[in-house]
Amino acid sequence: MSFLSVKNLTLRLRDNRAPLLRDVSLEVSAGEVHGLVGESGAGKSMIGKAVLGILPRAVEIAGGEIWLDGVDLLALPPAARRKRVGGLAALIPQDPLTALNPSRRIGPQITDRLVDILGWKRAEAEARALDLLGEVQINDPARVMRQYPHELSGGMRQRILIASAFAAEPKLIVADEPTTALDVTVQKQILRLIAGMQARHGTALLFVTHDLGVVSKVCQSLSVLYAGRILEQSTVRDFFAAPSHPYSAALLGATPKYTDPEGSLTPVPEAIIAGLRAEIAAYDEAHHG
Amino acid sequence: MFWQKLIARIGTTAVTLIGVAVIVFVVIRVVPGNPVAMMLPPGATEADVARLTALYGLDKSIPAQFLIWVQGVLHGDFGTSITTRQPVLDLVLGRLPATLELSIMALVMAVAIGGTAALTGTRLRGTRAEGAIDVANGMALSVPDFLWGLALILLFGVLMPVFHISGRVTPSLELPFTTGFYLFESLFRLRFDLWADIVSHMLMPALALAIPLAAIIGQLLKQSLKETMHLDYVTLSRTKGYGENHVITREALPNAILPTLTLVGVQFTFLIGGTVIVERLFSYEGLGNMAIDAVINRDLPLIQGIVILFAVIFTAVNLVVDLLYTVLNPRLRHG
Amino acid sequence: MADLTDGRGAVKRRIGTRLWLAGGWLTLLLLAAVFAPLVAPQDPLAQDLFLTRLPPFWEKGAEAGYWLGTDSLGRDVLSRIIYGARLALVVALVAGSITCIIGSALGLMAGFLRGWVDLVISRLIDIWMAFPPVLFSILLIAVIGPGLHSIILAIVIIDWTRFARVIRAEAMAQGAMDYVASAQVAGRGRIGTMLREILPNVLPTIVVLLTLEMGIAVIVEAILSFVNLSISTDDPTWGGMIAEGRASVYQAWWVLVFPLITLFLTVLAFSQLGEGLKDRFDPVLR
Repeated sequence: MSFLSVKNLTLRLRDNRAPLLRDVSLEVSAGEVHGLVGESGAGKSMIGKAVLGILPRAVEIAGGEIWLDGVDLLALPPAARRKRVGGLAALIPQDPLTALNPSRRIGPQITDRLVDILGWKRAEAEARALDLLGEVQINDPARVMRQYPHELSGGMRQRILIASAFAAEPKLIVADEPTTALDVTVQKQILRLIAGMQARHGTALLFVTHDLGVVSKVCQSLSVLYAGRILEQSTVRDFFAAPSHPYSAALLGATPKYTDPEGSLTPVPEAIIAGLRAEIAAYDEAHHG
Repeated sequence: MFWQKLIARIGTTAVTLIGVAVIVFVVIRVVPGNPVAMMLPPGATEADVARLTALYGLDKSIPAQFLIWVQGVLHGDFGTSITTRQPVLDLVLGRLPATLELSIMALVMAVAIGGTAALTGTRLRGTRAEGAIDVANGMALSVPDFLWGLALILLFGVLMPVFHISGRVTPSLELPFTTGFYLFESLFRLRFDLWADIVSHMLMPALALAIPLAAIIGQLLKQSLKETMHLDYVTLSRTKGYGENHVITREALPNAILPTLTLVGVQFTFLIGGTVIVERLFSYEGLGNMAIDAVINRDLPLIQGIVILFAVIFTAVNLVVDLLYTVLNPRLRHG
Repeated sequence: MADLTDGRGAVKRRIGTRLWLAGGWLTLLLLAAVFAPLVAPQDPLAQDLFLTRLPPFWEKGAEAGYWLGTDSLGRDVLSRIIYGARLALVVALVAGSITCIIGSALGLMAGFLRGWVDLVISRLIDIWMAFPPVLFSILLIAVIGPGLHSIILAIVIIDWTRFARVIRAEAMAQGAMDYVASAQVAGRGRIGTMLREILPNVLPTIVVLLTLEMGIAVIVEAILSFVNLSISTDDPTWGGMIAEGRASVYQAWWVLVFPLITLFLTVLAFSQLGEGLKDRFDPVLR
């Protein structure tokens, strides 16, 4: 029984009904790390946002189900859905520079959900926050708790956001390209940190990224997206051994290698793109857009 | 760094105030005709006029008069009113509380109305109700306090006579006050009957002053909120399980307020300036009303004193707003 | 992408109605003012003590020909409003334009030329903003004496800062942009750059402020006539009518209501005109 089960999810723009996600299905088991891969605009972020209930106002859900721990979120009234998601899931956002409230100190931004939503006592919540800050390897967590976001570096802020995501011991975390906005030197550390914490806490992880290298290191399974359609889904091992879709093969081929910097920068061949476009067009026709 | 800024601030403020004083001084002495002559009874002789002119120093050159005036000011003497023969400072300070109370009441109302409009508009965004609020806001923006005052006089003074449209307080009442701050003192003395009467007189003029400022606050704050609501930390807050109301008021609002603050400060000085005509409309016995009379009667020292006082109030408000901004912005606090 | 076109369409529709309504009212006013002798039912100055305080045509006791009633001296309200429009529009157009030109020029110079020019003009603006505007205008009129030229002069003297501040900020922002540097490298003098490069880019803002200023000019004139410091003749003014109306508001509400509504609509029309023009000029929506 999967912890997260997305069934035939279709998203589109409210105004002109342009499709953003076309009939997407995927399953994530408890404790599993599942990668969502694709180029920009493929819709991988949208899946995570749909699960967490934070889709932009311009986007509407045109069909499908999202089952979280045995309950279809889309069948719930908004307040109940919010509560359920808040208790079971969390987000590690992409940009640490804008994901923290500049007017509030760090401490309350970690403990607020524990105290307000889950009813913890303030002292317990703060103790938990201190523990987590230690886990993400922040020195002097007590001092950091009292600081404001602008006093801290991007790397530190991302660690805080990671700690904050694990605060309520969620069963599922959506990591939305968590290393994209960071310096290259910091990316590896953060990645290792996330992987470590996931293993320790046994949390399921939906990892959104455009970087296949990251996927190979952190994920157990993955879905490849293009223009809102899932092209391929498999375990990481099978995928990197022999991808089934030509697009996936092209993606793998497009990853630059140190040993052959010039030659390895091969873009996805036009023929494959054309083929994909035809597939999408046929799908849209069949579903009246 | 802080002290440097403060000194520079004091410097520019001083220049501004001196500039104001000079301009008023020069302007009102270009008046055709002798103001003193108007004050004396028709049978007055030339000698009487000359004597009084000398008494008020109006026979000297303008720069000389200015220096004399400045000297007086430094000793706390703002001259004597030509119409009432009383010290300008006393007259002005006597009327100041009325205008201050009115302005502050208007400010509070403006923040309440504008803030509610902005928050409601944000909560209801995308609906037709939001559009309606925007339209109402836009219209309120373009209409000045003068017209609102007249409309309110018609509405609540004539059509539905619920509130008073004249004066500070019902004339027949006996007032046990020692200060000019009727509103506050009546509360302090627990005289709620008086307080109600005073509020009933202040409500309409304060509302007239408040509406344009409320519209500005409403529009600006709503715009600011709209932008803030898109930021990542607001979205993150939603994933924690917080509802729309909490997200708007506790996450977005504290950050959206700051840009609104500086504009509100400047607009508040315009509101205070508006008391001149609004007090006249409602026969409210404040500084503005006295100012109009002073101008009509050519009471030079009184005009001078009132204008300087307004200028001082304006610069004080600007100073407070700047200070408030520095205090409230965590980034500026820590540098 | 589709989002944008739909949004644009909706906004363009909104602009349309707004501009039409505002423009319509102002055109109506202009026509009434220009053709006043033909349009007004009565002589605005004609007093008739047998016809004082007649109510508007739908009330009991009204007289034919006096559509909106008469005031305490028997003068026709509607005709006085129509003739009052003459003063209002002249003030709006003349005072508005002069204030615009002077204020924009000073703002442009301060914002682009910087240096001591900016220093002096900025200090002047600070000092000016420390004056309560209404008081200042009343003071000026009291000093200069009543009359149309005085009103226009007073408005210009008081409100030039409105343009100067905004245009200064815009000129400063534009001055920092690359196209200005290119122009100067290409050999344009400073004044030349200011006029040929910067001015066209701040023109939309100037136009919007101009419409706003015209509305303000009408209000200032109304306030001045309210305190009896406007023109010296007996020609009707909206502010004067409002003052009389205020005094007799319990006995003859129409004397206050109709000029007030006219003033309301006129001010609204000017500001909506400005808003509509602003949207039209916004390059994003173009």
